[in-house]
Amino acid sequence: MSQTFQETLCRLWTLDRDVLAIAWLSLRVSLMAVGIGLLLGIPLGALIAVARFPGRGAVVGLLNTFMGLPPVIVGLVLYLALSRSGPLGPFGLLFTPGAMVAAQAVLATPLVAALTRQVVADAEAHLGEQLRSLRLPALRRAGVLIYDTRFSLVTAALAAFGRAISEIGAVLVVGGNIDGHTRTMTTAISLETQKGDLSLALALGLVLMGLVLSVNAAVAVLRGHAARAYG
Amino acid sequence: MSAPFAIQLDEVSLARDGRTILDRLSVGIPARGVTALIGPNGAGKSVTLRIIDGLLRPDSGSVRLAPGRRAFVFQRPALVRASAAANLALGLAALTLSRRERAERVAAALERVGLSDRANDAATRFSGGEQQRLVLARAWAMQPDLLLLDEPTASLDPAATETIESLIAEMARAGTTVLLVSHNLGQVARLAEEVVVLSAGRAAERGPTRSVLFSPRTAEARAYLTGELPWTSFAAAS
Repeated sequence: MSQTFQETLCRLWTLDRDVLAIAWLSLRVSLMAVGIGLLLGIPLGALIAVARFPGRGAVVGLLNTFMGLPPVIVGLVLYLALSRSGPLGPFGLLFTPGAMVAAQAVLATPLVAALTRQVVADAEAHLGEQLRSLRLPALRRAGVLIYDTRFSLVTAALAAFGRAISEIGAVLVVGGNIDGHTRTMTTAISLETQKGDLSLALALGLVLMGLVLSVNAAVAVLRGHAARAYG
Repeated sequence: MSAPFAIQLDEVSLARDGRTILDRLSVGIPARGVTALIGPNGAGKSVTLRIIDGLLRPDSGSVRLAPGRRAFVFQRPALVRASAAANLALGLAALTLSRRERAERVAAALERVGLSDRANDAATRFSGGEQQRLVLARAWAMQPDLLLLDEPTASLDPAATETIESLIAEMARAGTTVLLVSHNLGQVARLAEEVVVLSAGRAAERGPTRSVLFSPRTAEARAYLTGELPWTSFAAAS
């Protein structure tokens, strides 16, 4: 066991190329997926919070359910869609980082939308009447409320990042865990553990934890500054 | 309409959760000056303002409004986490104004409430009095024909209240019709020419401020006014 730890530290100390390449791919894929999730999820969640339409309760319920989408099911559905005979087959995305971004974006979007809806609905309770009284259309009201809650929405981004970077089922199915191409930290940790290369698995695990901690810490500092400025 | 009413409510009723809030309320609000809407808690004052502004739809009855722009100042200042200037500009977002006109109006409004030097500060960090001044400045910048005020000075100190009242009076003098909901009878006496007393969702009494406050004719108005003190200092002074 102590030998494993020594090897792990050595791999981290020497910045093992494999570890770096895998970490970089994971980070890239997850950040892109979160970016897409934020672009789609924030306006969607805010509009659901602001608009009044028949069946709104059902939409909110569905959204909350989608927050807990099983990654492996998302992977499977995307696999079918992206496979050669599937509707998105001609794009040739299966077993590429693009497919992994798509899978993680599918997981991140409802999470961002549901959290945004909650945050914006709370702000709407305070500001909604005033914004409607100013005769602002629903889209504009949603925009104002997104701006007002921007510091709280950072939490939604963090939650989405956490879900994306730690997810394994979907990226494994649509990415294929191909060495040097679609191998991410989570799929590599799983594989290396099975192969018995515990030092590499552990090194990757530590890098993964370090990444998540760094992102959270950076965001917490930024958020603290912003909150002090705006209350 | 025989009289020049800015607002005419006819037989307006509203119930929520089985409770009657407005009960066939009929009242006309004159097109000039300040009219105060007073009455005990739960009489339907705030709901009436919201119905007039279109934020609530009555179950029955009709609401007729003279054409023109409306502004609503709520009891709790509703400000976005942005600069004071941005919050003012938000009030002008739905108006057709050039960028320059908008900037001029924002600057003039901030100047009017003495907050010019804080244009770029976060509005949500302002004190309660400053926030309410800002919200009223936003309404002022909109140059409304009708200004609806829901207890605009409820939680403010006397100095802040005076600033707000002078701004309301100035807007009324400039031709804005003001409908003020207030529990502060001193304020009502200082600002309003007309008073409507609401009780249990109906207009119990209406008339010139002095006559309603000093010699209420109806039992409901008397019951409300005798429970509302102190305004005897005003009576002694006038």
